[in-house]
Amino acid sequence: MEEVLKFFLEYKDMIFIITLSVFLGIEVISHVPAVLHTPLMSGSNAIHGVVIIGAIIVMGHAESTLSLILGFIAVILGTLNVVGGFVVTDRMLEMFKKKKK
Amino acid sequence: METIQTFTSELSILEISYLVASVLFILGLKKLSHPATARAGNLWAAAGMAAAILFTILFHQKEGQPIGNIIWIVVALAIGSFIGWYASIKVKMTAMPQMVSIFNGMGGACAALISLMEFPKMQNMLAAEGVGNMLGGEGIAILLGLMIGGVSFAGSMIAFGKLDGRIGDIKHPVLRIVNLTFLVVLLVALFVILFMEPVAGNNLPIYLFAIAALIYGVTFVMPIGGADMPVVISLLNSFTGVAAAMGGFLYGNQAMLTGGILVGSSGTILTILMCKAMNRSLMNVIIGAFGVAGAAGTEAEDKTVKEISLSDAAVLLSYSQKIYIVPGYGLAVAQAQHLCHELDNLLAGKGVEVKYAIHPVAGRMPGHMNVLLAEADVPYEKLVEMEDANNEMGNTDVVIVIGANDVVNPAAEDDPSSPIYGMPIIKALDAKNVIVMKRSMAAGYAAIPNNLFYHPKNRMLFGDAKATLQKLVAEIKSL
Repeated sequence: MEEVLKFFLEYKDMIFIITLSVFLGIEVISHVPAVLHTPLMSGSNAIHGVVIIGAIIVMGHAESTLSLILGFIAVILGTLNVVGGFVVTDRMLEMFKKKKK
Repeated sequence: METIQTFTSELSILEISYLVASVLFILGLKKLSHPATARAGNLWAAAGMAAAILFTILFHQKEGQPIGNIIWIVVALAIGSFIGWYASIKVKMTAMPQMVSIFNGMGGACAALISLMEFPKMQNMLAAEGVGNMLGGEGIAILLGLMIGGVSFAGSMIAFGKLDGRIGDIKHPVLRIVNLTFLVVLLVALFVILFMEPVAGNNLPIYLFAIAALIYGVTFVMPIGGADMPVVISLLNSFTGVAAAMGGFLYGNQAMLTGGILVGSSGTILTILMCKAMNRSLMNVIIGAFGVAGAAGTEAEDKTVKEISLSDAAVLLSYSQKIYIVPGYGLAVAQAQHLCHELDNLLAGKGVEVKYAIHPVAGRMPGHMNVLLAEADVPYEKLVEMEDANNEMGNTDVVIVIGANDVVNPAAEDDPSSPIYGMPIIKALDAKNVIVMKRSMAAGYAAIPNNLFYHPKNRMLFGDAKATLQKLVAEIKSL
């Protein structure tokens, strides 16, 4: 039990951010119309591409050739996620816009 | 973990950029959930991402060391951007769900790779310090990131294969047990590794753990029916979000943490909303009641189907007052959405009121059909959501069902043994006449027989959606 309490104290800032973000995520999208389900999924898909920052950090501090290569791959994969995700979403939403005219 | 950092203005700017990125993610998501602001929302989130990436490269420091290998990082970013951009502008709108699934898998793989690289580092460090186990925030974040990222990657690839028709469904009941066993094995392995004594260079357990996660990803998605893939992709999307957040936890990186958790929680809610649109529970989708009970509805035999000729159809449509078109994935696959719009223009010119009844799950993903019709320039006002359309069915002369099947299947209302029982449908039979355009009498994507086809009100117009629409348009023009 003491271990758990210690853990909480050590990471309290992040645990706060996580907890509040959970509620925020729920609140932010809870009134989305069905029409936007696909673009929203695609857009949030792009946002979790933020994992690329981790890949950049790993690659930027790589000490061996192997970790450099793996990091290189990770950065490519992360970029695919980010760029592909945002471009695909934009293409979908562009069509919504067009029909408004 | 996060050591107390001495002040430098670079570090401060970096953290400010993460704060800005987090706010942009939140505002982006918020805007993405309203039709009028959605596109701007996407761009806002993208701007936040760009800022976070740029400032990380410029100002990130680890133990006083700035980011190295910058040239290689930029090369990797360029390669990824080019492929991602090129694939996104080339992909057909009908194949959009597959594309989203692939990109999601890439994110999952990225998270898993990060964990795979960080684990040996952590283990070596703890071994050098003589710590007895790997229990701690860092170890938990690395292992969870690897597990969730791996499952998301493998699962997304299978989901892609299914949507693309490359992988069939395997619905053996044994798979469910295999599935559950693997999940238990994974969780047990997670704890075993955490309690292991760190030995420098002892990386076999983590590799085995990664492989197990990949296998679980496959067995998790394999038994789920192809028709449920959108829900699965949405779920895996939120998984990847959580995996990204684990990376944020590991590095004490707020942008990754907020971005990841936001997607994790909003993705979960979105998944549940999608299930609701189909009137099913998430458990029901995952465990896969779909298809298993599908064989039960066999009443459709020895009933007759009435056909309608092109000229009869043309006359019927031209002299109607009000028509509803119910589009389905078949329309999209045949690339007939433009012809469909031509038909509705033509009829509108004759004074017929034409509207589209859009089922929330028409197409391969919720909202997919709206995107496809928008691509064909069908005006927004003509797209009517299911509930409103159903209210108007009573005074509708003809309902034309094009390439849709399950979303108009009356079994959802009157056959409790049907796997789609309880799913809201478009009540085509409330209209005076129904015309179903279909290639053959084959059952729909969910492989459930449809009694609508045999109903006295309904007449079939067999053939490829595109060819048939072409002929129909020509026929109406010549009237």
